[in-house]
Amino acid sequence: MSDILTASVFASTLRLATPYLFASLGEMFGQRSGVLNLGVDGIMLMGAFGAFYTVLITQNLILGVLVALIIGALLGLVTAFISVTLKAEQGISGIGMYLFGLGMSELLFQKLIGTPKSISGFPPISLPILSDLPILGEIFFRHNILVYLAFALVPISAYILRSTTWGLMIRAVGQNPTAADAMGVSVTRVRYATVTIGGMLSGLAGASLSIALLNVFQQNLTSGLGFIAVALVYFGRWQPWGVMLGAVLFSFVQALQLQISAIGIDVPDEFAAMSPYVITIIALVFASKQAEKPTALTKPFVRGDS
Amino acid sequence: MARVFSRLFDLTPSLLALIAALLISAVLLVVLQVNPIDAYSALAQGAFGNENATAETLVKAIPILFVAIGICVAFRAGMTNIGGEGQMIMGAVAGTAAALALPDAPGIVVVSVSLLMGFVAGALYGGIAGLLKAYFNVNEILTTIMLNQVAVQVMNFLLNGPLLDPTEAGANHIPKTARIAEQAELGRLYFTLPESVGQLFGDTDLFGKTRLHIGLVLAVIIAIVIYVLLWRTIIGYRIRAVGENERASRYAGIRVKHYMLLSMLLAGGMAGLGGVVQVLGLTYRLQTDGSTSGFTANAGFNGIVAALFGGLNPLGAIPASILFGGLLVGAQKMQREVGVSASLITALNGVIVIFVVSSQTFVQARARSRLMQKPVPTPSSTSLSQGDTV
Repeated sequence: MSDILTASVFASTLRLATPYLFASLGEMFGQRSGVLNLGVDGIMLMGAFGAFYTVLITQNLILGVLVALIIGALLGLVTAFISVTLKAEQGISGIGMYLFGLGMSELLFQKLIGTPKSISGFPPISLPILSDLPILGEIFFRHNILVYLAFALVPISAYILRSTTWGLMIRAVGQNPTAADAMGVSVTRVRYATVTIGGMLSGLAGASLSIALLNVFQQNLTSGLGFIAVALVYFGRWQPWGVMLGAVLFSFVQALQLQISAIGIDVPDEFAAMSPYVITIIALVFASKQAEKPTALTKPFVRGDS
Repeated sequence: MARVFSRLFDLTPSLLALIAALLISAVLLVVLQVNPIDAYSALAQGAFGNENATAETLVKAIPILFVAIGICVAFRAGMTNIGGEGQMIMGAVAGTAAALALPDAPGIVVVSVSLLMGFVAGALYGGIAGLLKAYFNVNEILTTIMLNQVAVQVMNFLLNGPLLDPTEAGANHIPKTARIAEQAELGRLYFTLPESVGQLFGDTDLFGKTRLHIGLVLAVIIAIVIYVLLWRTIIGYRIRAVGENERASRYAGIRVKHYMLLSMLLAGGMAGLGGVVQVLGLTYRLQTDGSTSGFTANAGFNGIVAALFGGLNPLGAIPASILFGGLLVGAQKMQREVGVSASLITALNGVIVIFVVSSQTFVQARARSRLMQKPVPTPSSTSLSQGDTV
């Protein structure tokens, strides 16, 4: 057992949780305001590619992150336009955005890069003193900056949602858009803002894969990670801390899986590979009895419709 | 005159979506320094340029059409089934296993059993998501997406172990099953042309030397059957009622959960048939490269695009599937001739989905506003279901 549960497994759990955290927290804001963005995976792929290509050309990691944020913001705006202004069915239009991101990132990769290349991404930062702690140092304090940022976003998101006017507006628009509208809150503006922020965080999630965690880009780099991020929002019952718990649990399973195959325990690869998805389904079943779900989720707002 | 235009507009949101998507792609191609006219003409030639290209397009359209028929049923019931990929895989696995288990049975028996097993396996797999949605209120979009990934791994496991071709044993084997018996194959499809017409082509057997198989006929027949089911039977009426207005359906005494589940069983069954027909008609064995789309070639997703494009009407899905089959086949030629990756088509499909879904809302809003202007609506303007107008 001590072979399996090593400090490095916990450390890689936190690293693997990074893309989920960014994407899920972003998605959570959108869902709390009543918009289900299913195109997360496509936006992640575009963000991942944009960041990777920028770093490949300029070697500038900060610029890579900025590009991912801009791409995410643009695609988030498009998503908001489709879901809020055009009031398109959100589940299906999200699949459209996914297919767009999947095809486009591959197309750009083939055209602009062509052959698989790798870059040197964000290096781990050892926090002074803390990183020298036995065990805990390795688990918590020797990560790249995006890992710290992702976890810092959890309390920040919780604070915004719970204690700011803006958070109140988001919750009001998601729970009762008609009342929010009557109180003078612009449902459209709030939803545009949350979905755009969600897009930016999805782009960042992609970047955290391509220029921090894996440091490569390839076709379908995310392999459906964005969809799991959407499911984690349900799992976390639309709460930042719940989302974090889900993201960490989920990446723990993945880290464990890697460790088990690394030390040569004979479990068919396929069972290990399917386990995260099976666990997600089971988690969704248990999360389905929620009272917390935003009432207006997936419902476009039309003034005068009750 | 304005009215004629407005009718035309109701009929053509899908075509407008296609044109808009092609224009957007053209801009993109220009940015990538590719002449869009060259690219699109290579695309069209690759898809329909000669007898073999057309046949390959139709071959590609077959699994897409099967999935699309199922998607029509599921979406009409309000079930957003994204699980075509997984359902198709499960159908192929079960159908192939059945065909391999009956090596000596007569053709009619083994083909029937194999198709039935494919349908049942796909249906049960779709049914999981349907059951969870109907009785546990679990979001079916997420479960079907997760089940897609699970299905890929189940297939990979079986193809690397229990179903592995015995002649392929060894460390570096290709994950594939043994070849099915010859009598289990679906025959090739060709048309014998009259002598005079045939002389024009120098060949009297249209599609005689191509891979086109009778799966196409099967798919078209099933499209007609499902069309009749949806618009001419009480079951179909209830499926559509549940999708249009769940609450009203419940008050009308329709067992909503029952029909949600039924629609997912049917949708999964159709995709499952698509999977097994792909094996019996084309590849004669189940084979994958290990990637998620290694067997399906994304037909599970393209079927959604085709179904939406066809107005969620199984008959509309027939030309839509051929169109998207053509885009995929033509993209290979486009890639060779102008060096644009065939994944352009995936992106294009995404844009089409977005446009079609957005424009349908637009059409409905227009219909609603017309309704308000005219106190006595004619039947045609009260019908909000696009399927009737395609």
